[in-house]
Amino acid sequence: MLAESLALSAALFTIGVVGVLTRRNAIIVFMCVELMLNAVNLSFVALSKVYGATGQVFVIFVMTVAAAEAAVGLAIIISIFRHKKSVNLQDINLLRG
Amino acid sequence: MTAMLNSMGYNGWILTLLLALPLIGAVMLAVQGSTAGTADAAAKVSSARKTALLFFLVEAIVSLGLWWSVDYSSAEWQAAVTVPWIPAWGVYFRIGVDGIAVLLILLTTCLMPLTVLGSWTSIKEKPHAFYAMLLLLTTGMLGVFMSLDLVLFYVFWELMLIPMYLIIGIWGGQRRLYASLKFFLFTMLGSLLMLVAILYIGFKTAGADGVPVFAYDTLVQSGNYPGNAALWLFGAFFIAFAVKVPMWPFHTWLPDAHVEAPTAGSVVLASIMLKMGTFGFIRFALPLFPYAATHPMVKSTVIVLAVVGIVYGALVSMVQPDFKKLVAYSSVSHLGVVMLGLFAFTTQSVQGALLVNINHGISTGALFLLIGMIYERRHSRQIADFGGIAKVMPMFAVMLTIVALSSIGVPGTNGFVGEFLVLIGSFRTQPIAAVISATVVIFAAVYLLWALQRIIYNPLARPENAALKDLNMREVGLLVPLIIGIFWIGFYPKPLLDRTHAAATRLVVQMGGVPEANTTVATPGEGR
Amino acid sequence: MQAHPLAETVARLVWFLPLLPLIGFLINGALSLKSAYVAGPADPDGHDGEHANHGEHQDVGGHGGTGHDAHGHDDHAPAVRHKFAAITSIVGPGVMVLSFGLALAIFFAMRGAEMHNPYINTLFSWMPAGSLQLNAALQLDALSMVMVLVITGVGMLIHIFSVGYMQDDPGYPRYFAYLNLFVFFMLLLVLGANYVVTFVGWEGVGLCSYLLIGFWFSEKANADAGKKAFIVNRIGDFGFMVAMFMIFAHVGSLDYVTIAERAGSFAPGGLVVTAICLFLFLGCAGKSAQIPLYTWLPDAMAGPTPVSALIHAATMVTAGVFLVARSSMLFSIAPVASLTVALTGAVTAIFAATIGLKQWDIKKVLAYSTVSQLGYMFVGVGVGAYTAGVFHLITHAFFKALLFLGSGSVIYVMHRAYHATHNHGDDAQDMRNMGGMKQFMPITWTLMWIATLAIAGVPPFSGFFSKDEILAAVFSRAHGSPLADATLLGMPGSTVLYLIWVLALAAALLTAIYMTRMMLYTFHGPNRTGDAAKPHLAEAPWVMTGPLVVLGVLSLAGGWLNLPKVITDLIPVGPTATLEHWLEPVVGAATSRVAGGAAHLSATTEELLIGTAVAIAIAGIAIAWTRLKPAALTTKNAAVPATGIQRVLENKWYVDEAYDATVVKPIYGASKGVLWAGVDVGIIDTMLVNGTAALARFFGWVGSQLQTGRVGTYAWLLVIGAVLVLRAFARAS
Repeated sequence: MLAESLALSAALFTIGVVGVLTRRNAIIVFMCVELMLNAVNLSFVALSKVYGATGQVFVIFVMTVAAAEAAVGLAIIISIFRHKKSVNLQDINLLRG
Repeated sequence: MTAMLNSMGYNGWILTLLLALPLIGAVMLAVQGSTAGTADAAAKVSSARKTALLFFLVEAIVSLGLWWSVDYSSAEWQAAVTVPWIPAWGVYFRIGVDGIAVLLILLTTCLMPLTVLGSWTSIKEKPHAFYAMLLLLTTGMLGVFMSLDLVLFYVFWELMLIPMYLIIGIWGGQRRLYASLKFFLFTMLGSLLMLVAILYIGFKTAGADGVPVFAYDTLVQSGNYPGNAALWLFGAFFIAFAVKVPMWPFHTWLPDAHVEAPTAGSVVLASIMLKMGTFGFIRFALPLFPYAATHPMVKSTVIVLAVVGIVYGALVSMVQPDFKKLVAYSSVSHLGVVMLGLFAFTTQSVQGALLVNINHGISTGALFLLIGMIYERRHSRQIADFGGIAKVMPMFAVMLTIVALSSIGVPGTNGFVGEFLVLIGSFRTQPIAAVISATVVIFAAVYLLWALQRIIYNPLARPENAALKDLNMREVGLLVPLIIGIFWIGFYPKPLLDRTHAAATRLVVQMGGVPEANTTVATPGEGR
Repeated sequence: MQAHPLAETVARLVWFLPLLPLIGFLINGALSLKSAYVAGPADPDGHDGEHANHGEHQDVGGHGGTGHDAHGHDDHAPAVRHKFAAITSIVGPGVMVLSFGLALAIFFAMRGAEMHNPYINTLFSWMPAGSLQLNAALQLDALSMVMVLVITGVGMLIHIFSVGYMQDDPGYPRYFAYLNLFVFFMLLLVLGANYVVTFVGWEGVGLCSYLLIGFWFSEKANADAGKKAFIVNRIGDFGFMVAMFMIFAHVGSLDYVTIAERAGSFAPGGLVVTAICLFLFLGCAGKSAQIPLYTWLPDAMAGPTPVSALIHAATMVTAGVFLVARSSMLFSIAPVASLTVALTGAVTAIFAATIGLKQWDIKKVLAYSTVSQLGYMFVGVGVGAYTAGVFHLITHAFFKALLFLGSGSVIYVMHRAYHATHNHGDDAQDMRNMGGMKQFMPITWTLMWIATLAIAGVPPFSGFFSKDEILAAVFSRAHGSPLADATLLGMPGSTVLYLIWVLALAAALLTAIYMTRMMLYTFHGPNRTGDAAKPHLAEAPWVMTGPLVVLGVLSLAGGWLNLPKVITDLIPVGPTATLEHWLEPVVGAATSRVAGGAAHLSATTEELLIGTAVAIAIAGIAIAWTRLKPAALTTKNAAVPATGIQRVLENKWYVDEAYDATVVKPIYGASKGVLWAGVDVGIIDTMLVNGTAALARFFGWVGSQLQTGRVGTYAWLLVIGAVLVLRAFARAS
């Protein structure tokens, strides 16, 4: 079971990475990030079978962080949309050096 | 007195109280400030300064007991308190004092009410925040003098940095941002290196359980680092403290910070914060790394830097058009004397250095207060803007003259006793350095008397000076304690010397010197 | 330990001697400050008008005042006497009278006691630091007793004189406060039982001198002169301090008694003791205005004239001579240093005398004369004739105080006349404005002539005896003494001593000339004050003339203190060598050590020497009398402008200008241009500090170029980085 779980996790993670790298829409990029987090969660749970419960504890932490991140991230995206009328990442380059 | 204090268990709670009181005061001021909201500016200033003065006065009065309660000849830490803080990392809240620390603590607590009085009318913006910063700063400074745990020491060391940064940056003069940033970065550079060194020695000394050790006493006793490591560690501490002292060539933050800081900031900076540097050497850098400190190369480097600072500070001071800058550079010179005394490692020179520390706090503090007073009236610190004001401000002239003479080191004032002891002690081990440094008696007279002449003597040529009003009762009152200190230490320094003798001897012995007992003295009045 | 014979006498009150003037200082200082101080408004920034009406108080302010009453230029208003003038007139001189009375009492107690050791009165432990145990202690012995008598005695007379001279000054209580403080420090100086207590007095008198020279501080020249005096003195004090360091490092104590006990451990003529003595002498040169540090003393004449008499003639400037005598246990084993002292003294004596020849300001003449006479004293103590040096110090205190106070009387009278006639253009101190004062001030004239004859060395006036003793000592040491065997600057000691003797004689000749010149232009010839002022010229009040008379008697008879044997053998006029016997316990051993095997001069030689000295003095007076024509100088402008060497003399050999160009300006310029602008601002701040900041900014700029601001770019970079790290891990494992 472990190998399959890890494979699924890897697949999900890769999908997430590709999504982050290729999509232009901030919401989709954001969802892809969540996907990556959950891929990691999956591998934590799977590995906890071998290494003990610590992995499961960490999943709780990751979920908490993800929830917080979702709240803050969505709020930022909404305020950017209000400001720019767009959520296209190509248009957002305020941090350019 | 001692018995009475002991019956109150004074030594048990005093240090903790001294640290806590200003914190409580700062919190109270913050609350007061946020609730004062709509009150008019004058009422705000009045409420803030009164609260602050109250706290500082209580702090000063409470602290005075230390003068009697502490056993100065004891080898033990006095009034010590140890409470676990983060025991898993070997960090404890460990405080205690010896003679050296007590004098600096008393200097701090007694000077702070005067700085509030000195800022009485000059701070009009955000008064609550200002006085809260002063109180916070006090906790930081007192903590540095008490800490017996290296991590705790570091925390206090950084704690006092931030309020001072804000005091200069918010309430300062024209170029306050430049000055405050420079001050912050200079100090930070040194203290970060010191943090690395603290962590290194903490982990290096860790026991079998892997818990690092930051307890001062343990580190001093077990501290045996391989030669090169000791030199590097000493170097890290050295930079942190040398910036603070300030030793040449790490001094350039000082003139800027002094000139831009408000009066209270300058006073605290000069009188107390600079002492952190020399105190750091006495308490930490020297006892922790005796090998490095007595290494001939290190010793001669420090002595050379000290002597350069003494002469250089005096010469540059001489040509300053701004009175505050003049005093700032004179601090470089005076603190150079302290460093010379410390690294000469004789009983006289170390005791003299400790005394110069205190003296400089009194005299330079008074000078900055006086500059603040004249600045409030005239809104200028340029020496050339004055002249002949002894005519219109006789009391100011008398005070300035006394303080300047003390800073010059005229016998009968405190300045002489300290300087003389440092030089006569240093001559025994570092004759050439002592002779070069002795020229400071000439240059100090040149720069201060020349400034004195251009400010209070000469013709009263400018009409705007003719209307200046003399000091008021508050200003005279706040200067009087300092003047008393000047003459008291000048004529009868024995109580101070007795209190530092044991600690100084300990340091000299740690540095491989010969201990010298106080030989018996003929009883007063006895003829021969 | 056996109790000291003085322990149970009035001598245990010795600490009252300095305490009394200190009390006077506190009272007068408080009065001065009280009358001057008007508290400012609560908020210094506020411009409230409620305090404006206090303006009138400030005019009577003791501190500041109108600044130049005694040399007034523009104050037409009638002089307003200070409201506390009456109290000050009692307290100021009063404490001096008490102090002098106590000094006399102690003196008689000492005469009655059989004492071999100095009486040490320890007040309290002052600086205990390890092996350095400094006590605040006073030492009473023959030497300090003599000094105390001179200081309190002459000081008392000058205080009384000051009442007349200064009482209309707005700063009257301040003046007496400083004067009392000066006496306090001066007594501390001579009574100190260790070098450090002496040093306290030493610096303290310098401080008072600073304050009194700049007493009328509203004029820049006065403030400059005060500052110069203090700073030049500090150069000397540097030497004093280094000497103390060396003594402590090598002897382990700074107490005179202990040093005297342990001085034998020094190798005679050794490097250490010579260095100690030379550094000490640097201090003496500063305080006692010897080459190269003499330039402050003539400028110090900016102070009130009684100050010049007390501080810059009778007491403070002689502290250097006292210190050499006090340190005789060290100087007597350092022949090279002693020769240096004597030679410097001799060169200073002649050098200052040449300048004195061409000065027109009456006080400047006296100032250079003081420098010259101090040189004489150093010749005395330098050749180990400590008694002779101290003797000349005493007689000089008498006649120079008289000369200064006499000139003060003249200036006072001149100024009074100018003031009455509203003449503000002329200088009341310029001899070209005087002339013929003899007819208006006959008493002063007589007394001034007594002093002039005394300083010129004409018998039987006091100066003759003291000068003669110094010259005789120089001559006798030139053979067989350790001094004669030493070498200075490649010259054998005996040659140096003969040279000193010749220089001293030449200085004596010049002294007679310039003093006679001063008398001629001031008191003789036609009066040049102008017709308007003439009716106002008259003798000064008795409170001023009285002290002059006392000093006149002392100048006349002071020589009886120490009559040489050759005179008493010839004419039995009094006891022989009283002072020498008195000082024997203090300097006797040192004197005989310096004298070594030098044979006593035969009576014939001594008589010959005396004859030469007297002949030279009389020749000097005769030259001045015949060559100078005060009658030709009818108005100030008739004075012929000086040319050539005379001009150089009038401009004091341009030494001030040379110091300014070679010392003051270079140090100032280097400090400002090189150290501050160059090192501090240029190298440290601009290059190192701001340079570091610029470097950080540069790297920041490079890094910022990587920031496109596009999230996509960052994500790609992140992934690439992650892959690289993973690969690195994979390889490593």
